[in-house]
Amino acid sequence: MSWFASPTDASARLHEAGYLADGATSTTSYLAGALEKPLLVEGPAGVGKTELAKAVARATGAELVRLQCYEGLDEARALYEWNYKKQLLRIQASEGKEWDATHDDIFTEEFLLTRPLLTAIQRETPTVLLIDEVDKTDVEVEGLLLEVLSDFQVTIPELGTVTATRRPFVVLTSNASRELSEAVKRRCLYLHLDYPDAEREREIVASQVPGLDDRVTAQLVATVARLRELELKKAPSIAESVDWARTLVALEIGDLDAKAIADTLGVILKHRSDHDRAVKELKLAR
Amino acid sequence: MSTRSGLVDRHIAFVEALRGAGLSVSLAEDLDAVAVLGALDWTDRDVVREGYAASLVKRQAQRPTFEALFDLYFPRMVGGGVASLDPEAGDTADDEASPVRDNAAALAAFREQLAEALAADDRQRLQQLAAEMVGRFGAMPGRGPGLSSWSAYTALQRVAPSDLVAQVVAGLLAEGLTEEEAQRGAGRRVGAFTAQVEADARRRIAEEKGADHVANVALRPSIERLDFMAARRSDLEEMRREIYPLARRLATRLTKEQHARRRGPLDFRRTVRASMSTGGVPLVTHHRPKRPHRTELVVLCDVSGSVANFAQFTLLLVFALRDQFQKVRAFTFIDQVHEVTPYFTPGADIVDVMSDLAASTTQAALWGRTNYGRALGRFAEEHPDAVGPKTSLLVLGDARSNYSDLNEAVLEELAGTARHAWWLNPEHRRHWGTGDSAAAAYGDIVPMVECRNLTQLAEFVHDLTA
Repeated sequence: MSWFASPTDASARLHEAGYLADGATSTTSYLAGALEKPLLVEGPAGVGKTELAKAVARATGAELVRLQCYEGLDEARALYEWNYKKQLLRIQASEGKEWDATHDDIFTEEFLLTRPLLTAIQRETPTVLLIDEVDKTDVEVEGLLLEVLSDFQVTIPELGTVTATRRPFVVLTSNASRELSEAVKRRCLYLHLDYPDAEREREIVASQVPGLDDRVTAQLVATVARLRELELKKAPSIAESVDWARTLVALEIGDLDAKAIADTLGVILKHRSDHDRAVKELKLAR
Repeated sequence: MSTRSGLVDRHIAFVEALRGAGLSVSLAEDLDAVAVLGALDWTDRDVVREGYAASLVKRQAQRPTFEALFDLYFPRMVGGGVASLDPEAGDTADDEASPVRDNAAALAAFREQLAEALAADDRQRLQQLAAEMVGRFGAMPGRGPGLSSWSAYTALQRVAPSDLVAQVVAGLLAEGLTEEEAQRGAGRRVGAFTAQVEADARRRIAEEKGADHVANVALRPSIERLDFMAARRSDLEEMRREIYPLARRLATRLTKEQHARRRGPLDFRRTVRASMSTGGVPLVTHHRPKRPHRTELVVLCDVSGSVANFAQFTLLLVFALRDQFQKVRAFTFIDQVHEVTPYFTPGADIVDVMSDLAASTTQAALWGRTNYGRALGRFAEEHPDAVGPKTSLLVLGDARSNYSDLNEAVLEELAGTARHAWWLNPEHRRHWGTGDSAAAAYGDIVPMVECRNLTQLAEFVHDLTA
């Protein structure tokens, strides 16, 4: 099965799945499916990187397998692990038997705990494999990913090599908190997701928060765009615009004037110094 | 041999140009790009561009370089380009057919059209106008061979789109925007149009002389590799935005490396206790933590005009990474020493810090002429407690001391007291020791490091903390 028929098809189906993709996103998603290459998505927090993977899964009817990366993630959590305790039990239970027989016994599928990477490769139905926040892992894990990403296979010394029957659609996300190695980047297609332009952001907010008045949406998007121009520690992202829109609906604010902005600024700015700067630049009264 | 379409040659030339501009494009990525081109329709230029970008550009900072080169090697149109199917293109073509293309009346008419398009913010139309503008008002026919016959500068001088800002502002005000918003909006539109005109001139020159020539001459290095001393004001702002992400990346990298080295000696008790749950088999070993060693840092920076930017960036980066150091103290000087540590309170607003820092420059100057010898002497006199056996001393400056007394003895003493000492010089190594530069003399006392752009700076700070 091919994932998307063309960039336009990708855009339309992602839209149906509730994800408004721009030209770059739909083209790259289509290519990732067509060339069966992993897709590395980079960008600031909260611009919809993880959501893209979920949307691809929804749009194509595939199942999502997610590997959340964190510092200290190792092979045992990412690929597979032998169920030591069960193996110990098995050995103790077969007291008196030949070692060879026991040895063959305890290294079988029964004692194997599959983790996300192996699970995604073994599955026979369409699968989207999301490797979230790759930049949080240690460099060694990247080495581990290389085999999976280039050949879609996993080698287990006791069992042999497991090769994917159907290649999953792989999405890696990164906040760029550190540079990924050239080796990983080389194997992936690259997509940088950034803050959207005003038009697209308005559509996103409108589709996520249908209850908000059009005029207020426009005001909100304009204010957020203005804030992003300032030198802030953390500029508000799409996720924060949507949160803000929800807040305004909940508070039943019908007009986004200076006072309303000042009252609800905490929803979108999370640093005190950012707060002060916004108040100063937007000339808000406190 | 069958005839070749030239597409492969163009592709290879493009990849070569990217490599020349500092993007590391591997052979595998090159092949990927070809596969991408095979999978895409060639009807939409944007789709092709995104496809290329996805397979060749793996770092967002390199994207502007890529865009500029893509425009050169795969231009939007050829020549004056009446290629547009837009109905409005009709009157453009008529204008071009008319015998007099460039006179005062034509200029006035063109400016009117431009003002209209700017007011409406019609991107497509503006793109056309940019091309037309270079074609009509930027042409310099009859110049000698080897000189380009198109000039964005001439075109911009004659049409002067920046004079139209007031007109656009008036239009925006009528739409009900506030004064400030209108000013900003108009400024942005005119700025974007200027960039389009420059890009179009590059495109035309590339057509004449070959894209390789323009790629070599007209492209600026990406922001990470741009020299501090050669940066324009807009570049400086962009660099400043880069500082925090850079500091964050560095901090993560450092923490990672410290973790990797943190596995101390085996903790026998904990290992044995943990093995109880697996029947006495020690499946997991436990280790004692290691205490990381942190450096105290003293930064002494020259803030005279020529190197002020460099000092600012280094200070910002060092203070953004203050967690990695035990203590940081910073002093600025021209011919007088002034401590600036208090300006860098944690969580302070970066814009305020910069303006405070700029204001404090006057306190670092007595006569206003850089004098390293005097500054070093004053520093040793006024802050004898600053440099101790645990500190790393960092001197920033171009070592151009206006032929004054260098006071090497003081520096030698400071370097002797400190645990480590370095000198960061923002000048290219080949300029060291020329003119009034005392780089050679000071370089003998403390190791001097060339630090011209953000990449080099980040590398140095990383090695400093590791």
